[in-house]
Amino acid sequence: MFNPKIETMSREELKVLQLERLQKIVKYAYENVPFYKKKYDQAGVKPEDIKCLEDIKKLPFVVKDDLRDNYPFGLLAVPMDDIVRVHASSGTSGKPTVVAYTKNDLDMWSECMARLIVAAGGTKQDIVQISFGYGLFTGALGLHQGWEKIGATVIPASSGNTERQVMLLKDLGATALVSTPSYALYIAEVMEKMGYTKDDFKLRIGLFGSEASSPEMHEALREKLGVIPTDNYGLSEIIGPGVSGECLEKCGMHINEDHFLAEIVSPETLEPIYDEYGELVITTLTKEGLPMIRYRTKDITKINYEPCKCGRTSARMEKIRGRSDDMLIIKGVNVFPSQIEGVICNIEEIGNNYEIVVTRENYVDNIKILVELVDASLLHNYAMLDKLTAKIKHNLRTVLQIDADIKLVEPMTLKRFEGKAKRVTDLRKI
Amino acid sequence: MLVNQVAVFLENKQGRISDFCKALSSADINLITMSIADTTDFGILRAITDDNDKAIKVLKDAGFTVSSTDLLGIEVEDKPGGLADVLSTMDNAGINIEYLYSFVKKDGKAMILFKVANIDETIEICKNKHLKIIDTGISIK
Repeated sequence: MFNPKIETMSREELKVLQLERLQKIVKYAYENVPFYKKKYDQAGVKPEDIKCLEDIKKLPFVVKDDLRDNYPFGLLAVPMDDIVRVHASSGTSGKPTVVAYTKNDLDMWSECMARLIVAAGGTKQDIVQISFGYGLFTGALGLHQGWEKIGATVIPASSGNTERQVMLLKDLGATALVSTPSYALYIAEVMEKMGYTKDDFKLRIGLFGSEASSPEMHEALREKLGVIPTDNYGLSEIIGPGVSGECLEKCGMHINEDHFLAEIVSPETLEPIYDEYGELVITTLTKEGLPMIRYRTKDITKINYEPCKCGRTSARMEKIRGRSDDMLIIKGVNVFPSQIEGVICNIEEIGNNYEIVVTRENYVDNIKILVELVDASLLHNYAMLDKLTAKIKHNLRTVLQIDADIKLVEPMTLKRFEGKAKRVTDLRKI
Repeated sequence: MLVNQVAVFLENKQGRISDFCKALSSADINLITMSIADTTDFGILRAITDDNDKAIKVLKDAGFTVSSTDLLGIEVEDKPGGLADVLSTMDNAGINIEYLYSFVKKDGKAMILFKVANIDETIEICKNKHLKIIDTGISIK
């Protein structure tokens, strides 16, 4: 264990610590972020009203759109001078969701990651290849810091160029792999094509995250890469990866509860519920730069508070079952249909109706968007239609950061909806 | 001096060419010729009918995306080398052809329909070379 004192703390002690921190962070947010002051004043709740952990339900929720409305730095509790790092994920519309960290936040993040890495079997002796895309995405740097903290050797390979990934894994003798589960399976395929078997590599553990995975996928990862696969979970609004992760017992993801207070609420009533599936709501108990209090993750899961066989006392959340909103995760990137709609509606040559089809082939996600051609003047030749397709692709790429296949269809052929539109067909079997 | 063509956007799915033809037949419009290439997702169906104005209206009403384009029509003898002579003339004059298709008229002559970038210039060149340019309105019916 990386931090046995915290990780095996009794539930009673933990609750005392959590309450103390909750009271502190609510007061801190109220005093330093005008957004929280206004929100709490409107709701008629004061930081002093938090007398026990259950009192948290008196506080209003925060949602992703709040970050958009206060883009880019409106929710910070500290001056920019104290911010040492910025990350971003895709937002619900054109602008990204920007998050920021103080020095202490980065230290806390590394600590949380280090605990999860050790729980997943990571050691100082490991050579870890990080095949998440480096950049604004929190995944790569989050894991990177955690592995460095435990003293392992980090290969910051980033994603893409899979044959090179395989070469690095082999030549540098990597013992651990960090990536999305689907990319790991793709790497395994490329290994096979290059004529290798898992015995040509020294891999022993794999830490997978940033998208959902099934037990079947983990079985395939175990078999093809020879790793013990574990899941980890997080989101940039809260910290990035590091919120929770599986231990080697693989019976739920241990939540770093001294830093993140997790609740489950009913997606319909938003009332707290226990022992059943609901939406995960997280409060950052110690974050300085961007405190998030009762942030609705929109992820559906269930929390188990029983002690784990591994000895840790922290609560464990199950694999994410789905979303309470329409967000798609494609190649590890968050994609909201509303972003796609924004792009489509700004292109005159096509109609405002569209359909999104998501598939997975060879473990790689693929998004196809059907749009109706309305501008008949493009029928003079195929080149004009190709140009239109390229333009739609380009505009989507600018907003989504991923490539979509575009299919032009005849006008009035896509489904029309009277009520809530159902434009997304997700054919992936995860 | 030009041949007017109807261009229709068609998705590559079963029954669409048939739908197109039904729309024309229901309005008693006769197809003179048509051309469509095989592509993956969609195609542009190009056709000449005995009443393009009416065809465009009927097709639009049936929900098709339709436009019209002017082509250059040249009559050639329906015999070996008929087209080759015309093409080498155009080639020598530096005319680039985007696409072409053809049909045989009732009088037994072949009609070649050309899509070129600069149609006016091409007409001038063809006239100078004494190629027989055909106007749809008169000769095709």
